[in-house]
Amino acid sequence: MQRPALRQRLTAVLLLAPLLAFMLSFFVAPLVTMMKSAVSDPVATEALPRTAAALAGWDRANVPPAPAQSAFAADIRALRNDEQFGDLVRRLNSTQSGFRSLLGKTRRALDGTGAVDLAAIDPRWSETSWWATIADAVASPWTDKNLLAAVDLERNTAGNIAAMPEGASANRLIMIRTFVTAALVTLACILIGLPYAMVAASVEGWRRQILLGAVLLPLWTSLLVRTAAWYIVLQDNGLINAALKGLGLTSTPIPLMFNRLGVIIAMTHVLLPFMVLPIFSVLIAIPRNLMPAAASLGAHPLRAFLHVLLPLSMRGVVSGALLVFMAALGYYITPALIGGANDQMISSVIAYYATAAANWGMAGALGLVLLAMTILLYAVYIRLTAAEERSA
Amino acid sequence: MDTPFISFRQVVKRFAALTVVDHLDLDIARGEFIALLGPSGSGKTTLLMMLAGFEQPTSGTIAVDGRRVDGLPPHKRDMGVVFQNYALFPHMSVRDNIAFPLKMRNTPKSEIATRVARVLDMVKLSAMAERKPAQLSGGQQQRVALARALVFEPQVVLMDEPLGALDKKLREQMQLDIRDLHRRLGLTIVFVTHDQDEALTMSDRIAVFNHGRIEQIGPPREIYAWPRSPFVAEFIGETNLLACKVDAQAGEAMHLITDSGLALLAHAGAGRIAGDKVRVSIRPEAIRINDHAAATANRLTARIIDAVYFGDHMRLVATVGAQRMIIKGDRMSGAAEVGSEVALSFAASDVWVVGSCNDQPSASA
Repeated sequence: MQRPALRQRLTAVLLLAPLLAFMLSFFVAPLVTMMKSAVSDPVATEALPRTAAALAGWDRANVPPAPAQSAFAADIRALRNDEQFGDLVRRLNSTQSGFRSLLGKTRRALDGTGAVDLAAIDPRWSETSWWATIADAVASPWTDKNLLAAVDLERNTAGNIAAMPEGASANRLIMIRTFVTAALVTLACILIGLPYAMVAASVEGWRRQILLGAVLLPLWTSLLVRTAAWYIVLQDNGLINAALKGLGLTSTPIPLMFNRLGVIIAMTHVLLPFMVLPIFSVLIAIPRNLMPAAASLGAHPLRAFLHVLLPLSMRGVVSGALLVFMAALGYYITPALIGGANDQMISSVIAYYATAAANWGMAGALGLVLLAMTILLYAVYIRLTAAEERSA
Repeated sequence: MDTPFISFRQVVKRFAALTVVDHLDLDIARGEFIALLGPSGSGKTTLLMMLAGFEQPTSGTIAVDGRRVDGLPPHKRDMGVVFQNYALFPHMSVRDNIAFPLKMRNTPKSEIATRVARVLDMVKLSAMAERKPAQLSGGQQQRVALARALVFEPQVVLMDEPLGALDKKLREQMQLDIRDLHRRLGLTIVFVTHDQDEALTMSDRIAVFNHGRIEQIGPPREIYAWPRSPFVAEFIGETNLLACKVDAQAGEAMHLITDSGLALLAHAGAGRIAGDKVRVSIRPEAIRINDHAAATANRLTARIIDAVYFGDHMRLVATVGAQRMIIKGDRMSGAAEVGSEVALSFAASDVWVVGSCNDQPSASA
């Protein structure tokens, strides 16, 4: 009995292996790497091991004692790898500008052996602030700097968490904007998708095929093409404005591009299938005779709709809303093409840090915050649906 | 019948080229339990749906209590409908399902509570009030549907094959329960079924539907004993249908020769004669086996070719020359073994003329 069972299990594992390998290498691994890059800060710790040990007990009030200073000198001398030295310079300079010249000067002066007087190489070495920066950098290979910055927080000189100065960073604002935009898109999708799905579910044959096809067709075209199409439709001389002007409804074009309205219109269109399809699948599973039953029991069609059809379709609305909202949170191309400077969503910021600024730490941290919020929302959804199933 | 409570007059329903209900007249009395019986596609459900308001007649009128209702939307017709698959609202508890029609009529809350409690007690579901329909058995769901259709005391209760989804035992129990409710509450019930037993046991009158027309209407006994067409004879219960030629008629005695060559004596008062070719129906239970004592008009010698034991009776198939006959023997007819020769006897009054062979299918509604 046991042998066939074991064999079956092995076969199952083997069949799943390609999928597991794919998931591990293209989903889990990158995710973990990004998350790690958000909190890891190993450059200084690895480059300055002796300094790290020597500065562990430093009181930060005075310039470090001579042993610590010579440990630092020894670390700098030991840094033969130019690339590693460059990383160290970038790391320290990002916290306190001036380190680029200071370290370069110091390294050149330390070329050789023997005891050295760092203060003689550069007077800055007799100031505690430079040493404090080094002490902070070597204290731990982990950092919460990026995560704090992702929500517009930082550590002040005393090491406590504090808000960043006004105007220094707009991550929190952009995060809120992302959620508001996603919520508005979700709402628009419900308002359009629910009646649409109801019509599609109530007709049959070729009418239903056409209605569903109209929703699915956008899914089969590239996102970029669809967004570009909206670019053409929404611009000042575009189809909509031309039509409005032709009808005499407006003399000056209504601005539909490079503002929030355009972004929401285009995103609603792109995400509508994710709302219509779950609602549709819930609706066609509803027995056909419920509405006639409600009518025979004396319910006016409107009341029958409110008491029977609407509550029964809510499951589809909730899962559709979740799909649309989560997909909308990560939108990048549409706001970038259709939106203005004030319509960019958090993905654009992440893309900026990842590609333009090469700051993987910040990109990872922002991604982590977005992921955490998404998971939180998903947990709420699971709780709600589980509660509903228990009561059903 | 006094002035009819529900009346259909020359009602026609066509779906594209298909005529489903064909110039149909039907009167139903207040407090009557009428079964609309027929094969699928015979128009009985369509007629019910027109009465409920889900379908509009192509022509003709439907009146309830002297008031025309065709044209009224379903929610204004005040008819309790029990659907084939119950059509309970899955997101509502049993209590809310039953309270629904009262809520739609803006009945005060306290009254809703008492009336719901009363019908729950009536269908013996008080303990299940807070459950959802999915947590109930088929029979319980059926009773909820019934309670929901009765709670607002509609002027008519319409049932569309309500027992079709239940197993045999439960179906028989529900048949008795519904009949009992009908008597106790004095309801007017229009009951659609394709099950002849259901129609026979439950209703005051049966309307047998065929091709969009009522082939025959009358009390169950009459329909069973005196079918007026071969279709009715075959659809209600099992029967032996024999095509015959009228040989001679002397007073009430009518001499027939079947197409298979048997001589039969029939009672002329039993049916009309149109032409010299007729069809007769002999019910399987009217035929006796090896009963030499009885003085019966018809005696035939037959050979048993099949015998099936049913517990309370035996179903025998015999051949008389080229003619096949089905016989419902009592359980003592076990002596009639397959292959044995037996004497069949039946009275002249049991040879029932159901119609002439010339007008087939019968159009005598």
